[in-house]
Amino acid sequence: MLLDVDNLRTYFHSRHGTVRAVDGVSFSLGAGETLGVVGESGCGKSVMCMSLLGLIPQPPGRIESGRARFGGVDLLACSASELRAVRGCRISMVFQDPMTSLNPYLRVSTQVVEPLLYHKGLSQPAALEQAIAALDAVGIPDAARRIHAYPYEFSGGMRQRVMIAMALVTRPEILIADEPTTALDVTVQAQILERVRTMQRELGTAMILVTHDLGVVAGVCDRILVMYAGRIVESGTVRAVFGTPAHPYTAALQKSIPALHRKGDPLYTIGGQPPDLRREIAGCAFAERCEFAVECCQRPVELRPLTAEHWTACTRRLAGDITLPGAGTTSR
Amino acid sequence: MLRFVVSRLAQAVPVMFLIATATFFMVRLAPGDPFADEKRIPEEILANLRATYGLDQPLAVQYGRYMRNLLRGDLGPSYKYTGRSVNEIISQSFPVSLELGLEALVLALLLGLPAGLVAALRRNSAWDYLPMATAMAGICLPAFVLGPLLALVFGIWLGWFHPMGWNVASDRVLPALTLGLYYAAYIARLTRAGMIEILSQDFVRTARAKGLPEHVVVLKHALTGGIQPVLSFLGPAIAGLLTGSFIVETVFFVPGLGRFFVNAAFNRDYTLVMGTVLFYAALIIVLNLAVDVVQAWLNPRAREAMG
Ligand SMILES: Nc1ncnc2c1ncn2[C@@H]1O[C@H](COP(=O)(O)OP(=O)(O)OP(=O)(O)O)[C@@H](O)[C@H]1O
Ligand SMILES: [Mg+2]
Repeated sequence: MLLDVDNLRTYFHSRHGTVRAVDGVSFSLGAGETLGVVGESGCGKSVMCMSLLGLIPQPPGRIESGRARFGGVDLLACSASELRAVRGCRISMVFQDPMTSLNPYLRVSTQVVEPLLYHKGLSQPAALEQAIAALDAVGIPDAARRIHAYPYEFSGGMRQRVMIAMALVTRPEILIADEPTTALDVTVQAQILERVRTMQRELGTAMILVTHDLGVVAGVCDRILVMYAGRIVESGTVRAVFGTPAHPYTAALQKSIPALHRKGDPLYTIGGQPPDLRREIAGCAFAERCEFAVECCQRPVELRPLTAEHWTACTRRLAGDITLPGAGTTSR
Repeated sequence: MLRFVVSRLAQAVPVMFLIATATFFMVRLAPGDPFADEKRIPEEILANLRATYGLDQPLAVQYGRYMRNLLRGDLGPSYKYTGRSVNEIISQSFPVSLELGLEALVLALLLGLPAGLVAALRRNSAWDYLPMATAMAGICLPAFVLGPLLALVFGIWLGWFHPMGWNVASDRVLPALTLGLYYAAYIARLTRAGMIEILSQDFVRTARAKGLPEHVVVLKHALTGGIQPVLSFLGPAIAGLLTGSFIVETVFFVPGLGRFFVNAAFNRDYTLVMGTVLFYAALIIVLNLAVDVVQAWLNPRAREAMG
């Protein structure tokens, strides 16, 4: 496996208590593979991604436990300089908000060439040439001229393209894309995702794609992690997870996709609130909102295999007590 | 950019006119006149003196004449320093204040910027608390306390410097320190706040995610934004350093414009008071404009807006 994450826990310590943002997450990522990560807002998707690259603000954040093995180093335990050598070179990241993620004081050219200057030791002209090619590849028109502009001269969609170009310019082995298109309008979303897919295929880059859009996951990803309250509640191939969901939360998420509704049916929403992450939850975190919850759901749960490529943390499903309605593979 | 500068200078004209008018009448409202305290001057000689300087004329006539001369750049003769014009006094004494102010500014930047930067990077450690507590003390301590204190300790007790005067190079140290410490403290606090704000921005996280070394993240990506508050403060600071040195100049007997200004006010030297006020006002306007230009030059978006 290219990346092996084992029992990652990231907590935020504050006066008002400890937020268990990521609470025991394990997964792996193969070379060239695309892994989707879905879950409600606040369930710890961004914190998980940033933990891998050491980008959690410390304090208040702290990585409490875990290992992330990547090519012989543990990203969570290695030295600052080892981590720097990986960041932006072998593992790149694209963030949620393109409007604030580029430095407003520096030209786009200055920012896009940086990974090449620092990691590849290229000369300025050679780096600039590659940077222009990278902007061109993500669909920025007139890249050779536009690269010398400042970020404010770009629209949100164009800025995100710049971010993607900057992330891919070093041909990384892994691209972590944290909701790369959430802040953009729908047509731009589709175009940008398509570009990322094309480049990913060309470069053979593996991708962790965080998204709210189950349709995107179905169309783009090989495997999927479903997160709830800082934990993974279900994982597996897209076909398995979407075809026969094995956790009531996944089934509920699926039911709440508007596109799968017949016109006129009321939109399904999951009742209740996600749990307060400051509270220690012994059993299944979803139990209090789950229609199938029984007493045994209060006991500790862990992610276990149903089949080799389909894992769930639902005790009742593992025991075969319940069957969940499959919505069929959602694709666009 | 040129249009911006020209329009700002045009706006300054009515401002200067108002300041000239206001100070003209205000200095005359103060009790006494330039020659009132001279002892035992015969009445007829006093009248003669007043007539020479036109002080016997109606106020409106005096005002008209002053403004006419002002348009030609002539600030009139000093009433106290016989035979010297106000223009002459300013051009001779201001370079001294300028030198003192610039030395104090360099000192303030050399002390304030690194202290603030380190405090922001080593937040909530001794590197943060110690300089910031010192800075707070520096802001609270007025020059008329700090000045004599420094003169006493370093001038008289330790004997490292002359306690007053402006003759040899080392005479610059104590006045510059007295004047600059307040600004150093202020700059340190502004730098710290600005850097802390910027270091939490998304684009700094992006820079880190690119694997840049920490000094590049701080100096190349964060510093420009982080010192914006300091840059905005620099205009008022330079103006304050150049115009606010009269206490320091008085304490250390520095022959700068500030000391002439203080003396002129005591002596009711109308023209010298007005000339100094107008000179200071023009200085402040020009400095603020200069800071806006520099800031725009550092901020691409504002640069665009100025055309
Ligand atoms: N700097 C921080 N200090 C304290 N708590 C934090 C901090 N950053 C994140 N958290 C907490 O961690 C939890 C997970 O946040 P995270 O940003 O990972 O959610 P997310 O799944 O990415 O949500 P979204 O879909 O809205 O982006 C949240 O409850 C949040 O309040
Ligand atoms: Mg997020």
